[in-house]
Amino acid sequence: MASGNGHVGSLMDERPVNTLSALVANKPGVLARIAQVFARRAYNIESLVVSPAHNGAYSRMTIGASGDPQGLDQIIKGVNKLVDVIHCFDHTFDRAVVQELALVKISCQSDQRTEALQICDHFDCSTEDLTEHSMILKCTGSSEKVDALLGMLEKFGVVEMIRTGKVVMARGGEVT
Amino acid sequence: MAMTENGMEGGHILIKCLEQAGIKHVFGLSGGAALPIFDALVATGTDMEFILVRHEQGAAHMADGYARATGKPACVLVTSGPGATNTLTGIMTAHMDSVPMIVVSGQQVTWMLGKDAFQEADIFGVTMPIVKHSYLVKETADIPRTVREAVHIATTGRPGPVLIDVPKNVSQGPFVGSMEPNLELPGYEVPELTDRESIHAIAEAFGNARRPVLLIGHGALIAGAHGEVRALAEKLHAPVTTTLLGKGAFPETHPLSLGMLGMHGTAYANKAVMECDLIMSVGSRFDDRIVGDPSKFCQNATKIHIDIDEGEIGKMIKPDLHCVADARMALEELVKHVGRLETEEWLATLDGYKERFPLKYRKQGGLKMQHVIDELYHLTGGRAIVSSDVGQHQMWAAQFYLTDHPDNWLSSGGAGSMGFGFPAAIGAQFGRPDDLVLAIVGDGGFQMTMCELATACIHKLPLKVIVLNNHYLGMVRQWQELFYDERESGVDLEGNPDFAKLAQSFGAMGLNLRRPGDVRKVLTRALEYNDGPVLINAEVEKADNVYPMIPSGQPLETMIIDRPTTKLAKPVGST
Repeated sequence: MASGNGHVGSLMDERPVNTLSALVANKPGVLARIAQVFARRAYNIESLVVSPAHNGAYSRMTIGASGDPQGLDQIIKGVNKLVDVIHCFDHTFDRAVVQELALVKISCQSDQRTEALQICDHFDCSTEDLTEHSMILKCTGSSEKVDALLGMLEKFGVVEMIRTGKVVMARGGEVT
Repeated sequence: MAMTENGMEGGHILIKCLEQAGIKHVFGLSGGAALPIFDALVATGTDMEFILVRHEQGAAHMADGYARATGKPACVLVTSGPGATNTLTGIMTAHMDSVPMIVVSGQQVTWMLGKDAFQEADIFGVTMPIVKHSYLVKETADIPRTVREAVHIATTGRPGPVLIDVPKNVSQGPFVGSMEPNLELPGYEVPELTDRESIHAIAEAFGNARRPVLLIGHGALIAGAHGEVRALAEKLHAPVTTTLLGKGAFPETHPLSLGMLGMHGTAYANKAVMECDLIMSVGSRFDDRIVGDPSKFCQNATKIHIDIDEGEIGKMIKPDLHCVADARMALEELVKHVGRLETEEWLATLDGYKERFPLKYRKQGGLKMQHVIDELYHLTGGRAIVSSDVGQHQMWAAQFYLTDHPDNWLSSGGAGSMGFGFPAAIGAQFGRPDDLVLAIVGDGGFQMTMCELATACIHKLPLKVIVLNNHYLGMVRQWQELFYDERESGVDLEGNPDFAKLAQSFGAMGLNLRRPGDVRKVLTRALEYNDGPVLINAEVEKADNVYPMIPSGQPLETMIIDRPTTKLAKPVGST
């Protein structure tokens, strides 16, 4: 992981973050059931993206979670055991396409703006909001890229930051 | 058919669907939010028998005992809020021991949910960690599919309790829909024996074993694999030990039986596990009562695990070989591929342990729980269904009431729920009305659900309730004596009622038993009475201890076979 700087949130924690995907029934309560499996074994959900799947009867979840590596296997089995879960896979070490999106609000006076925009340009970010004293940048890409951007923006003063956490999709014929 | 059902109230549909799903008994207690469902019990003229209990916990334990004794689920029917929350201990108990159960709870009307309405509890949320699955039914049309799915989920794979929460406007609303819906369970699969290769690898591993042990758990009973267990043990010529809940999966009077293993198991079963070169668990989850310290468990033995729940593989013990399958299917296949092993020396060693370290007690002196249980075993020819509560008497009942037949031993193992034994015995008696049912309970646990004496009396159940009364929470007292310098704290049950008189006040027969010389006479009198329940208050020695004992979290080698002469360190494990 990039800097150990507290500003960039728990994704920077030293514990490895595992990336899991789950295909689940699109029903009330499913998220609570899954969250309980993680909580009971003292796993922290670092990031979570849920959206309806292509077939609206199901939802796709990408879960970034950290905790005792020995417990992960049991957690995946525990999630798979839930009646409303179609399947749950670990993509931490495979070649899946992994992307995330971040919005970063920095304080930026007019004399700093040129440098900020250069950084923005380098990281293929867009500016979503611009005022006399601040700027919101949108960055998409790998988590490492987002980490690097955040490192470069520190000197401006990061006012607020939110990142979606990873969304993952398996390549080619493999199933997410 | 659908024509007649359309327009009927949801509650009527619910009752019809439960009946269609094969449910025969409903244990419950009424209340406001469940009014339409209770009305339907009468109005539909259902064939299901409804048993009114005195407390909802009793209903859940009754359904549990019913299912353990018959293999079939019963229904628990309660109202919303406190009615539903009173079932929690019973649901948790069933969940821990993989017992099928359908719990139907009334609920506030849907538009009041989340508004702290009268008797509203989010029971769907509260029960989430202790059910196999759960439903909050929002539409009357969903009732038939929900019931069908619930029964399917509760009874297949690794069984468990399923909750159906039914808001009052759903149970009261008009039904429009299909009574023959399809299951919509794309995420639920019952494991089949697809992996025959793993069974063949297991068979091969047996070929090299000289000191094998078969460890048989509740899963073998659930799968109905007792015949296959016996065939395998006899073909291999291998000794068998069972878990507390596995009692009955292999006849305990069989020469190859080592009885129960674990914290209070037989010394010879535990020694067999310590010294074996191969151990195969079938339908047990290597519970902490069995393995003690998992890192030191069977370090030099080949470990094999057969379980229908993949989540159990590697949870406590990392096996060398495993197979995820129904116990009966797996053993059917395995028995074809194994032959007789050279175990004569091994069995002779174990027979030596049986002689040196038998389970024993003294009939002299004060009345002992073991004496009462032992005599019950002999007087009933070992044929009774025994439902135990939780504590010292439970361990002694497991040790001294040998179980030769499947589904005859009912005990709260995983949860260790005091209060289980008596209502579970009631449930078992409803499920098997022609069989002798004994509830062997302690004075502590019995007082938690003794209000169900009313239920037993109303239905004139010929139950024998044996209260082994030491005026103590005896197992806790034993721990305090051994590990806390005999400082007793919160264990003295002074103020116990006169249990015999209490039973009489409900209309049951109540007997007292005080002297060892009277055991046979009093038990015989109780066993001959079949016009209703009989309770025996056995005033036993106050401060006896259960041995053998392996302090929790410790390696099996730390087993204490008799009363220790030196002070013991506090165990690091759980309770």
